[in-house]
Amino acid sequence: TLRSVLTEEETFTVLQNISDSNSFVAASLWCFEEMTMAAATFAKRLIGSRSSSTTATSVARAFCSSTTPITATMFPGDGIGPEIAESVKQVFTTAGVPINWEEHYVSAEIDPRTQSFLTWESLESVRRNKVGLKGPMATPIGKGHRSLNLTLRKELNLYANVRPCYSLPGYKTRYDDVNLITIRENTEGEYSGLEHQVVRGVVESLKIITRQASLRVAEYAFHYAKTHGRERVSAIHKANIMQKTDGLFLKCCREVAEKYPEITYEEVVIDNCCMMLVKNPALFDVLVMPNLYGDIISDLCAGLVGGLGLTPSCNIGEDGVALAEAVHGSAPDIAGKNLANPTALLLSGVMMLRHLKLNEQAEQIHSAIINTIAEGKYRTADLGGSSTTTDFTKAILTHSSIFLPSSMKSFSPKEKLVTAFMGGFTSQLVKEISIEECVKEAGCYASNVVLQRFGCI
Amino acid sequence: MSRRSLTLLKNLARNSNASCIQTRSVTYMPRPGDGSPRAVTLIPGDGIGPLVTNAVEQVMEAMHAPIYFEKYDVQGEMSRVPAEVMESIRKNKVCLKGGLKTPVGGGVSSLNVQLRKELDLFASLVNCFNLPGLPTRHENVDIVVIRENTEGEYAGLEHEVVPGVVESLKVITKFCSERIAKYAFEYAYLNNRKKVTAVHKANIMKLADGLFLESCREVAKKYPGITYNEIIVDNCCMQLVAKPEQFDVMVTPNLYGNLVANTAAGIAGGTGVMPGGNVGADHAVFEQGASAGNVGKDSIVRENKANPVALLLSSAMMLRHLQFPSFADRLETAVKKVISEGKCRTKDLGGQSTTQEVVDAVIAKLE
Repeated sequence: TLRSVLTEEETFTVLQNISDSNSFVAASLWCFEEMTMAAATFAKRLIGSRSSSTTATSVARAFCSSTTPITATMFPGDGIGPEIAESVKQVFTTAGVPINWEEHYVSAEIDPRTQSFLTWESLESVRRNKVGLKGPMATPIGKGHRSLNLTLRKELNLYANVRPCYSLPGYKTRYDDVNLITIRENTEGEYSGLEHQVVRGVVESLKIITRQASLRVAEYAFHYAKTHGRERVSAIHKANIMQKTDGLFLKCCREVAEKYPEITYEEVVIDNCCMMLVKNPALFDVLVMPNLYGDIISDLCAGLVGGLGLTPSCNIGEDGVALAEAVHGSAPDIAGKNLANPTALLLSGVMMLRHLKLNEQAEQIHSAIINTIAEGKYRTADLGGSSTTTDFTKAILTHSSIFLPSSMKSFSPKEKLVTAFMGGFTSQLVKEISIEECVKEAGCYASNVVLQRFGCI
Repeated sequence: MSRRSLTLLKNLARNSNASCIQTRSVTYMPRPGDGSPRAVTLIPGDGIGPLVTNAVEQVMEAMHAPIYFEKYDVQGEMSRVPAEVMESIRKNKVCLKGGLKTPVGGGVSSLNVQLRKELDLFASLVNCFNLPGLPTRHENVDIVVIRENTEGEYAGLEHEVVPGVVESLKVITKFCSERIAKYAFEYAYLNNRKKVTAVHKANIMKLADGLFLESCREVAKKYPGITYNEIIVDNCCMQLVAKPEQFDVMVTPNLYGNLVANTAAGIAGGTGVMPGGNVGADHAVFEQGASAGNVGKDSIVRENKANPVALLLSSAMMLRHLQFPSFADRLETAVKKVISEGKCRTKDLGGQSTTQEVVDAVIAKLE
């Protein structure tokens, strides 16, 4: 980049010669990969002197350290976990997401305080930060400890599992019009783990449904539908056979539905639901269900859109805790070979950003991922392509005109060009104007040097 | 003399070759008296039930099948199946039924389940296959789902522990798991099926589904010619949606079987066309394959647009069960021809015909 050719002072002078627009200067400074203290102060001085300018303030908000960065816990996980976590970190940094990651790993021995391989520090970190991202974890085989997922669920009281399933344009499956969210109660139901052998050859397993848990998950479902602009919530049940248990679940859902009159509420028996999902998935919008049905239906929906490698998921806990996770396995056979598909973890990270109300960055990253997959040139092996993880990540980064602060979209071609060279995002921006236009617009020292350096003249 | 007989033989061979296109099943040798009419209990049921059972009656009459129906009126709201109906089924051993609607959460236990429990119909079978001429998103589907019908999650043992906390018992016994596994492998053996897959969730419900799997494994050892494998239920649903051709016969406990059967029926064309039945040691009840509690919307009943294909194919299965194979073949061929032509289809298959039109088309195609 240019900063390796000129000193900082020279760069500032050059920038000011190119354009009088302060927002342009500030944005260009943002493009430097490492904001030095001097650059930050300079930018702040500029922004401060023109505080009425809305573009300037929006740019300032985007990169100045007036936004305190958020700390989030990251569990890279096992197998392909570290590679895809690396990918997520790169994409998030480039998009300017103000998150500092606190990484925790699963230890090799059992922590007596948690009775599992997750340490007390990891759990405390999630409780403190209230937000986290988890890669795939392989539960070590053995007895005498709880499974990792179970530990997380119980200790953090994660009561709802949210999985949005939508057809990815560009990745063709048999179903094109899937756009639904499954919300599954995560703590009780059939997975309470309460089984015993009555006599030899007779086993009982308890399914528990409580009013409190059902109300909690129904509240979250309707709240989610409202905040994401969804129109319909369907409760899935088998209350014609299991009258008391699923009947209680339905009663709670009905109670919550009355508080949200603008959202349509319906109840669907699970066998009808399965059939309708495989025949016409566009019929459903938001689905809320108890634990077992949720497990099966959410995996069925993941199958409709292309498998677990593309499906994001987020676990919601009490006190606003949100732990986004990739639900696929740790794929030990391709670990370390740079072949993994980071899409699931990236989309889960986007869900996390939306939970943190960083909607603009979430939308930018989301569009970048969708466009990269839709373009079809860079696909990992599980989608039928041959790109490596790093190639795929780079492809997402080069869809990076979307990562510019929105104010920069109004820049002139010359301003865009210089900004691009400054920041190193050459490909996408340069494609938008021809080399001839570059040369025509380039009328100053900086541009000439830059154009020469990048072989344009 | 030999030259003439040679040409005669050649002519005979040529003629028989020409008529080989029309297969004639001449290998079924009945016992004397097998052709006397058999009584079959008929329960029309609720909603679309009477429409589709009427369709079956019409077709049976057109075929002059050696069957006569004893019709009984049972509604889903009744608290119990009437004693006379049970008597009739016990006498006839075979029953054909439309759906019985269960009021949701109404405190009345489902009559479908009651019937199965009283007659001990422990196996429920749904055959899901692609019908030629009916376009679906998935090809090469030919799955038989055999589902344990009496225990599991649908044992109906629920109680309220304290207000706001409800418990439901899922019971799995070795006895029931063993007999359903035996039935599944026997079915595969008698129908020349190559693979049996057990569907479970034993990673979470270790004791309950673990017991089910143990029984399946034991029975599998006795059938070395049939491949046996196991799959977790959520992975199974995902695979069904992505690659259904990998499944052949599936044996499952009660709840998973319900879901898997409906999913498989959905990918193969819908519950309007899939045949199925329930069978026990002494009795058999044939009904629409999947979703027996779904009796359709009122609008379908009013406009007579219910799809009779499922029940017609189930009655073909019933005819084979009663050992009238050629009638079964004729019925199936006629129905398949009507579907493949595509002119007469009810609303759930994308057409506009009424039930009666489909029935007439099937009768016209009977040979």
